[in-house]
Amino acid sequence: METLWFCLVAIMIAGYVVLDGFDLGAGIVHFCVGRTESQRRRVLKAIGPVWDGNEVWLIAGGGTLYFAFPGLYSSSFSGFYLPLMIVLWLLILRGVAIEFRNHLDNAIWRPFFDALFMGASALLAVFYGAALGNVIRGVPLDPAGEFFLPLWTDFRVGSQPGILDWYTILVGLLAFATLTQHGALWIALKTEDILEHRARRVASAAWFAVIVLTLIVTGATLRIQPQVLSNLVNHPWGCVFPALALAGLSGVAFFLYHADHFKAFLGSCCYIVGMLTSAAFGVFPYVLPSSANPALGLTITNTATAPYGLKVALFWWIPGMLLVLGYSVFIYRHFAGKVRLEGETY
Amino acid sequence: MDSVLALHRFHFAFTVTFHYIFAQLSMGLALLVFVLKSIALKTGDDRYNRAARFWTRFFAISFAVGVVTGVPMEFQFGTNWSRFAKAAGGVIGQTLAMEGVFAFFLESSFLGLLLYGEKRLSPKAHWLTSLLLFAGTWLSGFFIIVTDAWMQHPVAYSVGPNGNALLQSFWGLLLNPWAAWMYLHNMIGTVVTAGFVMASVGAFYLLTRRLEEYGRIYVKVGVAAGGMAAILMAFPTGDGQGKMLARHQPVTLAAMEGLFETRQAAPLVILGQPDTAKNRLDNPATVPGMLSFLSYRRWSAEVKGLDAFPSDLHPDNVPLLYYSYHIMVGLGTMFIAVALVSALQLWRGRLYASRAWLWVLMLMLPFPFIANTAGWMTAELGRQPWLIYGVMRTSAGPSMLVSSGNTLFTLLGFMGMYTLLGILFLFLTFREIEQGPDPLGVPARVHPPQEILL
Repeated sequence: METLWFCLVAIMIAGYVVLDGFDLGAGIVHFCVGRTESQRRRVLKAIGPVWDGNEVWLIAGGGTLYFAFPGLYSSSFSGFYLPLMIVLWLLILRGVAIEFRNHLDNAIWRPFFDALFMGASALLAVFYGAALGNVIRGVPLDPAGEFFLPLWTDFRVGSQPGILDWYTILVGLLAFATLTQHGALWIALKTEDILEHRARRVASAAWFAVIVLTLIVTGATLRIQPQVLSNLVNHPWGCVFPALALAGLSGVAFFLYHADHFKAFLGSCCYIVGMLTSAAFGVFPYVLPSSANPALGLTITNTATAPYGLKVALFWWIPGMLLVLGYSVFIYRHFAGKVRLEGETY
Repeated sequence: MDSVLALHRFHFAFTVTFHYIFAQLSMGLALLVFVLKSIALKTGDDRYNRAARFWTRFFAISFAVGVVTGVPMEFQFGTNWSRFAKAAGGVIGQTLAMEGVFAFFLESSFLGLLLYGEKRLSPKAHWLTSLLLFAGTWLSGFFIIVTDAWMQHPVAYSVGPNGNALLQSFWGLLLNPWAAWMYLHNMIGTVVTAGFVMASVGAFYLLTRRLEEYGRIYVKVGVAAGGMAAILMAFPTGDGQGKMLARHQPVTLAAMEGLFETRQAAPLVILGQPDTAKNRLDNPATVPGMLSFLSYRRWSAEVKGLDAFPSDLHPDNVPLLYYSYHIMVGLGTMFIAVALVSALQLWRGRLYASRAWLWVLMLMLPFPFIANTAGWMTAELGRQPWLIYGVMRTSAGPSMLVSSGNTLFTLLGFMGMYTLLGILFLFLTFREIEQGPDPLGVPARVHPPQEILL
């Protein structure tokens, strides 16, 4: 039962990264792709009706994580106190930027919120990557299962690491490149003409960065977290996850070359899901490994709530999420197709 | 009080109080927008459609601030209150997760359609989006109230081997009797806010002699909704909560009422300043026997005072609790009076013409926010010194390893950011009021200026 909920939480997080990932990515490429006011409006319009719903995956995923693994939620959220607060502030600034930007039309208001939107999106991508890096590397847990990490110490992966060390920064950069590619592909998919063209170019450049960083990060991960390799050796079927990531990344290149942006975007989704599931598979059954003493690591069993709670939640979680899928499909179909601005002719 | 604990408490209190200013307005307006859309659909009167569009735009601004300030709340249980989060997660994790799955997805999906889908949807489908949005916001309120009700009156749980609370009965948690009264009282409170805000904007239009056809609609709908809600706040919902308090949290009731000594035929205090050093109320103005009657339906019933309980069970800030409660009740009484006078004015056909009364309605604007905030302060200060009533003390709840320096840093960060958010909100809503709904005869702006969401 704990394993099932581990998978469901992983699905929620993967869903969050795939969905909110493209609107974060759109934020990152906002300035490279949109040079004029009307181009930037189109970038925002491409994510406008869905970004808020995408962000709900974070809240719902966090809630699901909380009820299923209260021990993990309480330990990690207090241990990652500062970075989480910074993420919250960035989410606030970004949400405000998107929602309030178009209320006024003048030369100060809009560029200000555009810059806020881009900066917050870019930093969020790096922070999310670094957070994942921390979960893979492990944290110095005490016997009560608690820890507190400063933002940085000496940037080395030692026994007293900070949130940011060379490894987690690398993962952060990979996340940045990945979401840049993901967002650029979404913009290429949703826009036309010069915007589509520029987005394609950004996506291609990002692709090279992604593949290089993926190789480096994979190498570093195998060195830092031995659990990953031993899980793969003991359960070879787990190779499907990295294989999915690899196939997705190849798909991005192939379909980008053939200018099929929809399939290239799906490739990017597969890459993200593949990478995240590889990470989840690699650290399983840990949910937060210990960097010092493996026996102190948090696992699905020592953080989960009682079986009754896990069982009864299936009865509302499954219908609830089916409903969510239902209206997500409805909304995405309703706003499908290339975006155009009112009064613009093509 | 130890300073780390005080900081964690103020951190949560500040962020949640600020958030709830917008949450109450959004939840109340969601209902009123639905009402306006329903009238428009039923009568075919285009003024109501245009009014609904105006208030949807207003709602969207409030909702945006509510969402971005609400996200931190979901995280703060873990960041600042991790020992509580661990102990209670097996129970309240359920309701918090359900809020995300059932309410937030519904709201975020259908707000976009309500704001920007009007051209593409049939009137009936568009009306339906307003219903779904209303359902989403009110469901969200339900799950939060159930969560808080469990902290006020823990039910349907057992304590596991490691001391953590474990859920025993899913329906027992959702149908907590405490939650029923609290939910009704709280949600009707949001309608008071939205109703009086609507009436206030309407009075502003009538007083400035512009957009008067809308001014009359806003005053009428706002006063009707706000006034009815104000009466329901007192009876039966407020009364129901009071009786529950008398049964389950008698020490809280004593502190709220400023009743230091146990006595029969206990009086209801209208005014007075509690002096906790001398255990007495200065300058009291009271109604004899009334508290006994309200709590137990007998004029001579004995009501326990603070002296009946050991002092380590007393709420830790009796004066603030006492004032919060009295401000809430005082303002609530004022709302009922305003509602009754407005009804009389409407009956005499003078509601829209009496400038003096329109001034009163316009100036009511801040008071429902104050009353709702004071109500929540009453509930949460009244729960002290417990975090989970009778089970876990507040001092046992915060994160062990988060230092006061880090807490103060993020508290200051939130204070700065929320100040800016508040200024932005006022600026944008005042602008929206200044522009107003589209006058009749002018083509309607179906697309609001912020058309990006399409």
